[in-house]
Amino acid sequence: MSAAIEAEGLTKTFGGDVLALNGVGFTVEEGTVLGLLGPNGAGKTTTVRVLTTTLIPDSGRARVNGLDVVKDANKVRSSIGLAGQYAAVDANLTGRENLRMVGQLFQLSRKDASRVADELLEHFNLTEAANRPSKTYSGGMRRRLDIAAALVVRPPVLFLDEPTTGLDPNSRTAVWQVVEDLVENGTTVLLTTQYLEEADRLADNIVVVDRGAVIAEGTPATLKSTLGETVLDLGFPDTSTALEASQLFLGKWPAPPVLDGSILELPIDTGPSQVMLALRKLDEAGLAPTSMTLREPSLDDVFLSLTGRRTDLDEDQ
Amino acid sequence: MTSTVLPQVATPVKRSKLLRSLNDCIVVTERNLVAYVRIPDQLFFSSVQPIMFVLLFRYVFGGAIDTPGMSYVDYLMPGIFVQSLLFGCVSTSVGLAEDLQKGLIERFRSLPMARSAVLFGRTISDAVRNIFVMILITLVGFAVGFRIGTSFGLYLVAFALLILFAFCFSWVFAFIGLSASNSETAGLMAFPILFPLTFASTAFVPAESMPTWLRWFAEHQPVSIAVNATRGLMQGGPGADTTHWVVMTLIWSAIFLVVFVPLAVWRYRRVG
Repeated sequence: MSAAIEAEGLTKTFGGDVLALNGVGFTVEEGTVLGLLGPNGAGKTTTVRVLTTTLIPDSGRARVNGLDVVKDANKVRSSIGLAGQYAAVDANLTGRENLRMVGQLFQLSRKDASRVADELLEHFNLTEAANRPSKTYSGGMRRRLDIAAALVVRPPVLFLDEPTTGLDPNSRTAVWQVVEDLVENGTTVLLTTQYLEEADRLADNIVVVDRGAVIAEGTPATLKSTLGETVLDLGFPDTSTALEASQLFLGKWPAPPVLDGSILELPIDTGPSQVMLALRKLDEAGLAPTSMTLREPSLDDVFLSLTGRRTDLDEDQ
Repeated sequence: MTSTVLPQVATPVKRSKLLRSLNDCIVVTERNLVAYVRIPDQLFFSSVQPIMFVLLFRYVFGGAIDTPGMSYVDYLMPGIFVQSLLFGCVSTSVGLAEDLQKGLIERFRSLPMARSAVLFGRTISDAVRNIFVMILITLVGFAVGFRIGTSFGLYLVAFALLILFAFCFSWVFAFIGLSASNSETAGLMAFPILFPLTFASTAFVPAESMPTWLRWFAEHQPVSIAVNATRGLMQGGPGADTTHWVVMTLIWSAIFLVVFVPLAVWRYRRVG
């Protein structure tokens, strides 16, 4: 197996003082999916822009399909597809015209570009809307057209920048299905996302970025095992009771408990018996929770356990 | 998804580098022209403004302006032609700024296409639109009493010269569009450049009426030169003078191209 994407020590500063990338590096093996996970402003899009040659890094090296993204930029462009929040489709052109334009810009003949456009529209269930300007499309349709535009020459490497942000659950599942089909056909995919669930479903490997640097990487399973499969949220009447309750578990629980105001978050990884154990401990101490929720760990939990702080959604740029 | 079979891969046509750039340029030009046809209100309003200027100067200000040797409407129309085409250049910067804002430039930049194609596509499609603007204003001019004093052939020479001049000038605006933070700013940034150039010129009034310092500027700046060339070609006058103005207009056009094409392409590579 060889690497389809290699990034090494990438840095990029905007406007002299905004450090967008601070030494990002990772490798994506051919035919696998890498999920680049992180909050807004973490450097995900900047990383994608460097890898897709639209932004030149200040330092560091990156290769896609063995080609340097700075020195061989135009050759890289011939072998990648890019879709997502940053690269758009033309709102005034119809779906068919958009795809045909991209095909022609890949030097396909007019005839071939039209044929590929029609087949892609069919594949993405957009045939009925093919002759309507894309500004009349719903969010999900536009996203599918966007991904279709990235597939015009069936590139071996595909970059999807937050492909499902802002989509309703149905459209999101449809996009996931598309990605899974492509991977089955051997495409290497790098996708950025803010959703742990999405990375979990699609990615073979996950790289977590924060403030322009990689803070963790591994398979979805390893990342989740550091968090526990599930999180038990226990609500208490006030913060001091919650603090008292947390003392019961500190150092005596497989994964460290987290205190968030009057809520105690307990990682659970061995199933219901562990929940019972937790409740028994509380009962023995005479501390009764006022609410109880079992949930999947979120990106926020990954962050909290990796960095000790919550995701900085305010830092969105 | 209805079908799970992805389309057959098509093979790119083998073309030389020059032909590839030409292909990219044509594709982008076509895309821009489709947008002009599809949003007719944009075309409509960009035609209304020049018509208003014709009527304003012909009927409101015209009576108060003395023009030696010809009627004011014949003096005015060459000025209006130049002014309308240059004001039209605003759409070059606004169009590019919009593409940038909406993420289309990002898509184009990730494609293996010529770096200059997006810019040439924009300036060429704006030149095509300018042809329509020229024809329209000529018709309006005829309706308000404008007559060609020389010959139809020389009118066509002036027509071609102005389309070329505006095309070269629009590269200034391509650079501005790529430097603006958004399309609104791109539109606003154009006016501090356009107003002095078009109004402190010989487009609407003879420079003799201006104070000395302004008169010097008005007599030597490129817009006046293009207006003088157009006026000479359409209304006649000393033959040697007209040739001089036409040559000067061509020189200025070349200067705009030589300076601003590289600047705009440089900006396009760096932008974002």
